[in-house]
Amino acid sequence: MSEHRYKWVGTRQNRPDGADKVTGRARFAADFNLPGELVGQVLRSPHAHAVIKSIDVSRAAALPGVKAIVTGADFPEQPDQVVPAGEMQVNLRDVTRNIMAKEKALYEGHAVAAVAATTADIAKKALALIEVEYEKLPHVIDVREAMAEDAPILHPQMRTEGVTPTPSKASNIAKRLEFTKGDAAAGFVKADFVIEREFTTQPVHQGYIEPHAALASASEDGQVQLWTTTQGHFQVRGFCCRLLELETSQLRVTPSEIGGGFGGKTVVYLEPVAIRLSQKAGRPVKMVMSREEVFRASGPTSGGHVQVKLGATRDGRIVAADVTVALQAGAFPGSPVGPSCMCSLACYDIENIRVVGFDVVSNRPKVAAYRAPGAPISAWAVESTVDLVALELGMDPIELRLKNAAKKGTKTHYGPTFGVIGMVETLEAAKASAHYRSKVKPGHARGVAAGFWFNIGADSSAAAHVGEDGTVTIISGSPDIGGSRASLAMMAAEELGIDYDKVRPIVADTASIGFSFVTGGSRVTFATGLAVINATRDMIHQLKLRAAKLWEVDVDGVVWQDGEARPSSTNVGEFEPLSLAKLAASASRTGGPINGHAQLNAQGAGPGFGVHIVDLKVDADTGIVTIDRYTAVQDVGTAIHPSYVEGQLQGGAAQGIGWALNEEYIYDARGKLQNAGFLDYRMPVASDLPMIETLLVEVPNPSHPYGVRGVGEVPIVPPMAAIGNAIARATGVRMVDLPMSPPRLSAALDAASPRLAAE
Amino acid sequence: MARVVLTYSFARQYASGQTEIEVPGRTVRQLIRALDARFPGIERRLEHDVAVVIDGVLHQNAYLEEVGETAEVAFIPPIAGG
Repeated sequence: MSEHRYKWVGTRQNRPDGADKVTGRARFAADFNLPGELVGQVLRSPHAHAVIKSIDVSRAAALPGVKAIVTGADFPEQPDQVVPAGEMQVNLRDVTRNIMAKEKALYEGHAVAAVAATTADIAKKALALIEVEYEKLPHVIDVREAMAEDAPILHPQMRTEGVTPTPSKASNIAKRLEFTKGDAAAGFVKADFVIEREFTTQPVHQGYIEPHAALASASEDGQVQLWTTTQGHFQVRGFCCRLLELETSQLRVTPSEIGGGFGGKTVVYLEPVAIRLSQKAGRPVKMVMSREEVFRASGPTSGGHVQVKLGATRDGRIVAADVTVALQAGAFPGSPVGPSCMCSLACYDIENIRVVGFDVVSNRPKVAAYRAPGAPISAWAVESTVDLVALELGMDPIELRLKNAAKKGTKTHYGPTFGVIGMVETLEAAKASAHYRSKVKPGHARGVAAGFWFNIGADSSAAAHVGEDGTVTIISGSPDIGGSRASLAMMAAEELGIDYDKVRPIVADTASIGFSFVTGGSRVTFATGLAVINATRDMIHQLKLRAAKLWEVDVDGVVWQDGEARPSSTNVGEFEPLSLAKLAASASRTGGPINGHAQLNAQGAGPGFGVHIVDLKVDADTGIVTIDRYTAVQDVGTAIHPSYVEGQLQGGAAQGIGWALNEEYIYDARGKLQNAGFLDYRMPVASDLPMIETLLVEVPNPSHPYGVRGVGEVPIVPPMAAIGNAIARATGVRMVDLPMSPPRLSAALDAASPRLAAE
Repeated sequence: MARVVLTYSFARQYASGQTEIEVPGRTVRQLIRALDARFPGIERRLEHDVAVVIDGVLHQNAYLEEVGETAEVAFIPPIAGG
């Protein structure tokens, strides 16, 4: 890490929400209650694909204690077009059908009806009394099978976008994308050798500890309040208002503390349902998903099929690349195939590239975002193939990547030319790391892989209020998932020149602060941070005006230094400095409360690059992989709070290790999920992992006053390929299908060594 | 003249296959309007649901963003994140 020039930025402060979280006082969504609240529960489809012929709720409605029932008919029809909702572009026809099925159930677990009752037991009994007549249809789970000509069609009206002329026949392929640079075919002719492989990944869930939960209270005058666990309460407001035909001022959404999201809480499931039930019942309604419901009905990330072809010269230059990415979107279009295609080769400066992507629907829950959506899937395939190139050349894998690394001026295959980026610096740091310079232990092998994510900016609002004692409240509209309250408070303290402990950051509801886009895309410390800096500077301007008034001088004669107003020079006059506390105490006499505000659409989020190194050993008999040492190296811009930055890298790596080695959705022949719980859906636990080492490479982002780049997405991109590359070097067997779980790896090792298997 | 860069599949659908086009304009909006004069209908495709990269710097909702005379302005699929 570079030596920082700041008092607070770059230090490791206690998190403002820490005490409440370790003492159990923090309130998560399921902890909110209101007098007279009802319990809401959802009836879900037992079928992967079925026409809903009829729903009879009469017996359930007659059950004492049942206060309201909703079905798809309770939600207005929406246009089949992409429209803005809370700054997101969404197809509301799909969203309304995902929260409550209308004509068809499109996956096992799809919501079909919901009940609000006085107790959970009555709600459960009522669900059992709802009679749904289904006509079962053939289903399709696998992405390649869904793309087949004769596949069961989920949406008869869907035509593949991006194909000219528009197809006349319905397809499960919602969209085709293509990106090119140079001439891939000509590039392969120049190559000395070509390596081509196919890879697959399985859908994996974000695995947030806190299930989805919402408490809605609709009043007789049409006003609605909602408490929910979300990464973006303004998006929740936007979605719910669109789906329920409310005005945005009618709905006030308060975000709870959030027990993990990782992208999975940027959409709505229970919220519109709870509101509609509350409107019908005239009482508050609380809904909490079980873990099983989280697995069956909320969005994991896509599973995918990726073909990679790389052509290289003997001196180690990759001269041509051809990548095809097919991602399953779940039951409705909208997989992250665009970012997957764009990120696939962004780490490299390759002259000739063609990347094709397909967005494919199948009978699974609609996918949701998950850290660097789409990027880990294509990176798994590309970084594995880059490793094959290194092996073919007998070249060090970091040297090969350095020889082909993207840098300032590299033209990407998706259009833009890179500005200041840190891929080379990150590779150099990985190469110089203690881990990479250490000898690989006997019986172990080492793997390396790289990853990229854009990072985003977007809309944020912030306010700064000074209290009469000079302490400061920083108000944002960004739910805090990864420690953003601390980083925002640290930047405010730095600007104001006061102690970090004198700044209290809070997350306000939708009625108490201006619009702020979701906490996602690694944007909050960058974009909301910019808003906080600007709000604080606005406050400082107010403070200087007040000092100028008290001193009867022009405001240009006042500077703000170390938390106090001072004369800018002796020419201004001899004045005792005025501290923030003194100015706050006299605020009423100098013009009233002292506040600062800012709102912006942050531009210039700096892209991030990561390189991961893993040492592991493989038990050839069982296929069990033991991670012995793991290092995540990343260009993080400036680390405002290094501990949280390191935590992001460690968390992303841990999730990537789970994705690599164990996690997958297992469906039976009827399209029913077989492992909807943490016992059977195997996420890594502490005993599975070594301490994840981190190396922060600080290449400041020129678009931010402190050089911030997003950090939360990149670290989940390289782990799968890093581990696959290490396994290949340990065993000589190149795994191409995720997860590389003990049964799968064991089978691959057996297949590669039939004689040993026979013994 | 700014240099507008489109993805291959978008250009094939809406801009006669041209992925790089010299266009007059001092804001993203002016560039889009100039493009629409050349490729009618492209404006409504570029107004929403795209991210814009101006000289290597990613912008969200960049409709009114200023661009330099020789800027590279790339329209790419939208990016959110997890």
